[in-house]
Amino acid sequence: MSEWLEKQLPKLVLAPSFVAILIFVYGFIGWTAWVSFTKSKLLPRYDIVGLIQYDRLFVSPRWDVAFSNLFIFGFLFIVISMLLGLLLAILLDQKIRTEGIIRTIYLYPMALSLIVTGTAWKWILNPGLGLEAMLRSWGWESFSFNWLVDPNMAIYTVVIAGVWQASGFVMALFLAGLRSVDDEIIKAAQVDGIPTWRIYLSIILPSMAAIFLSAFIVLAHLSIKSFDLVVALTGGGPGYATDLPATYMYTMAFSRGDIGQAASSAMIMMAVVFAIVVPYLYSELRAKND
Amino acid sequence: MSTILEIKNLHKDFGSLNILNSINVSIEEGDFLVLVGPSGCGKSTLLNCIAGLEPITSGAIAIDGRDMTTVSPKDRDIAMVFQSYALYPTMTVGQNITFGMKVRGIEKNEREEKLLKVAKQLQIESLINRRPGQLSGGQRQRVAMGRALVRDPKLFLFDEPLSNLDAKLRVEMRTEIKKLHQNLNASMVYVTHDQIEAMTLATKIVVMKGGIVQQIGTPSEIYNRPSNLFVADFMGSPAMNLIPAKVTNNGKGTKFTIARSHGEPLILFDDNITKLPENVVLGLRPEDIGDANLRKGDKLQISTCSVDVVEPAGADTYVLINLGGKEVTARLQAETAAQTGMEMAFTFNMDKVSYFNAKTGQRLN
Amino acid sequence: MTELNSKYADSGYIQKLILRSLLFLLLGIFAVYYLMPLFIMVTTSLKSLEEIRTGSLIDLPREVTFAAWKTAWSGACTGIQCEGLRPFFWNSVLLAVPAVIISTLIGALNGYVIAQWRFKGANLIFSLMLFGCFIPFQVVLLPMARVLGIINLAGSISGLVFVHVIYGIGFTTLFFRNYYVSIPVELVKAAKIDGANFFRIFISIFLPLSLPIIVVTVIWQFTQIWNDFLFGVSFSEAGTQPVTVALNNIVNSTTGVKEYNVDMAAAIIAALPTLLVYVVAGKYFIRGLTAGSVKG
Repeated sequence: MSEWLEKQLPKLVLAPSFVAILIFVYGFIGWTAWVSFTKSKLLPRYDIVGLIQYDRLFVSPRWDVAFSNLFIFGFLFIVISMLLGLLLAILLDQKIRTEGIIRTIYLYPMALSLIVTGTAWKWILNPGLGLEAMLRSWGWESFSFNWLVDPNMAIYTVVIAGVWQASGFVMALFLAGLRSVDDEIIKAAQVDGIPTWRIYLSIILPSMAAIFLSAFIVLAHLSIKSFDLVVALTGGGPGYATDLPATYMYTMAFSRGDIGQAASSAMIMMAVVFAIVVPYLYSELRAKND
Repeated sequence: MSTILEIKNLHKDFGSLNILNSINVSIEEGDFLVLVGPSGCGKSTLLNCIAGLEPITSGAIAIDGRDMTTVSPKDRDIAMVFQSYALYPTMTVGQNITFGMKVRGIEKNEREEKLLKVAKQLQIESLINRRPGQLSGGQRQRVAMGRALVRDPKLFLFDEPLSNLDAKLRVEMRTEIKKLHQNLNASMVYVTHDQIEAMTLATKIVVMKGGIVQQIGTPSEIYNRPSNLFVADFMGSPAMNLIPAKVTNNGKGTKFTIARSHGEPLILFDDNITKLPENVVLGLRPEDIGDANLRKGDKLQISTCSVDVVEPAGADTYVLINLGGKEVTARLQAETAAQTGMEMAFTFNMDKVSYFNAKTGQRLN
Repeated sequence: MTELNSKYADSGYIQKLILRSLLFLLLGIFAVYYLMPLFIMVTTSLKSLEEIRTGSLIDLPREVTFAAWKTAWSGACTGIQCEGLRPFFWNSVLLAVPAVIISTLIGALNGYVIAQWRFKGANLIFSLMLFGCFIPFQVVLLPMARVLGIINLAGSISGLVFVHVIYGIGFTTLFFRNYYVSIPVELVKAAKIDGANFFRIFISIFLPLSLPIIVVTVIWQFTQIWNDFLFGVSFSEAGTQPVTVALNNIVNSTTGVKEYNVDMAAAIIAALPTLLVYVVAGKYFIRGLTAGSVKG
């Protein structure tokens, strides 16, 4: 092989992937952005008309629900998953012999498709035959759990299913973080007479700031992408009560034939992700290159 | 005796940063060249350029008369031993040593033959089927050398090979390398930051600082006639004393006035030199300052100094005196009666002194 | 590691016992919380519809029947077809295997280049690829649908493989790059002097070292691709849908009686491969999850 070719080989090997990313990530984002400024309906049109799609988006009641659902769901999903994950991590940190098995049990939901998770919880929370019926048959006659079909409460069922799926993962992250604290610092604190709960609060938790951030980023990312879960669990319903931007976009794109709306909603999703992830990535890469 | 390595006017820039500047070095077959200097002086970079692992910005490198400007590392007929040994972790010792031959398409029988020969030479036959992870530091270093030896190259390159070993092992391996050099009459270029290694191993030393060659010479030349203040200070342990002095020419020679914190300045004469600038730095090695009661000689000049610190060190006693604002170390015999605080007569061997321009640092004699 | 009960080490064996029991109780409760859905899925799938209607959620089946499983596998309706999950299970296999292999291979080469053959702009390229991992895929759905149509891969499994490979490269490159970065540069130097070229060094030196990260990457990619729904539902048609799409069709089909036992059986069938992988190689799976997000 000629000298020059040898020298360029690394670049040549990386090139196809790089070109692919340029086209299929950045190029496509550009395309979607472009279309979001047009009057496209069933087919894309490329003459820019301005912010008309965004205007339509922001006055659409359905989008309103979807967008606010994103924050309701996102907030609850992230906070509860983190708290639960933290609690479980602290519990598991207590030198349990069967830790391996327990960890496997807590984590396996992450291996499931969100469709499977949605399907399972849809059945469990089934108003007539699921949890409600079971508790009633146990004697709790007045127990009612029809959240799944209640437009006001349906979004919370998505939270329940989501937390079930993801909290194990958060636990694994936090457990690793708890364990990365230097043993000697803890011993010194114990010798100093500091109570265990205080050790956790004042020494261990603060040192896990980076992991909290990682967990937050991953969970935030997951919640923005939540599509499968909603489709399987509620289908976006009742009505569009559990719509999220992801399902809104899909409906606009493939059921309603309104590509302009699909594009603009997708770009809004992109913007939210961008706002969260970019500062994080920037600081991470900076730290690594220092 | 042919010139095995010739480096002419080598420059290397990395972007806008200059790493190596005007390097000119050449060695004959059988030489042991050591590149020595503080961290960041460019010695490793120079070695990598010789190996062809780094490109050069301008200048030329020739190995055994062949110009290497367009030649890749594998065709330079060199072998290299790295600081971290760089053994292939998933291969056995035997596979590590024969990998290069395998790549070059050498027959299995020949590979085995050469492997055994080298293994015997380095006493690592019993390790041939082990993996690097199972070896000690010293054993790994031997395997790394085996990999180099089996190539039978024109030039051996060593990049700080002993830095990862503990002190005792380091001394052992140093001797091994020296023996290897003598037995094979091989040409070696060796990089280290340890000036003791440089002095003990080299036939020729290149002292570097900031990408520029400070001095090229034999160990003895470097030791006795350092070409500037940096070399004088860097090479030799304990370091050469560098004493500021004021010069007055007195007709038949030069008079040096060295200020002292209390009392009269110290006066020294040298009749063999004239035309020195007003401010010089006198370079005298500790062993050239002695106890006047124990050392005799008509070439020695005697003067009384006040003893600041006494450090007994077994066969010698190091005594610190204050001259010209500096702490000067004298290496006295263990029988000396020197005590802290006392005034004592010291001998100064002006035959061995080096003079440096106080401003430029350059050697004047 | 802190022991909750270290403080009570000498002040009472009983207190220690109580706290420890509390700990196990809590852990047990949560174990039930996580296992329950799986338990319910399995038991429901083994009941007859009659039992489901008259019994309660967590009852064990009075009469175990595998009829639901048979239906789920070969008879359930996924739209107009009623062939069960079987053909779609096979679709997922045809999709996942090539996609995992190709994306892993490309990621390995990319990671190798970025980690060991630094050149100007390599880090920028890496950053751009890394960012690509984070985008919500909704933003590429529309253009990708058009492109697939143009290159004649619309609605085909090959098209899905293509999509998954493209969007998997970011992660696989990340995994390999982080792994290869810790391999000393001098190894490559020694190999260069030994005469090995770019590919020889990769094959003889890096690949043999890569088993741990290959396992992590393969498990991660397989899980992601097998479990994917968004790409599956957007880019496939009736015959080429992966198992997740088929499952959703079965469960959300509006025709006929809702057969909950079939739904559950179908869900388990769809979940089995990744669940199996998790149980067998879970350690590596966790490593993959945490490596990707902690970005160590």
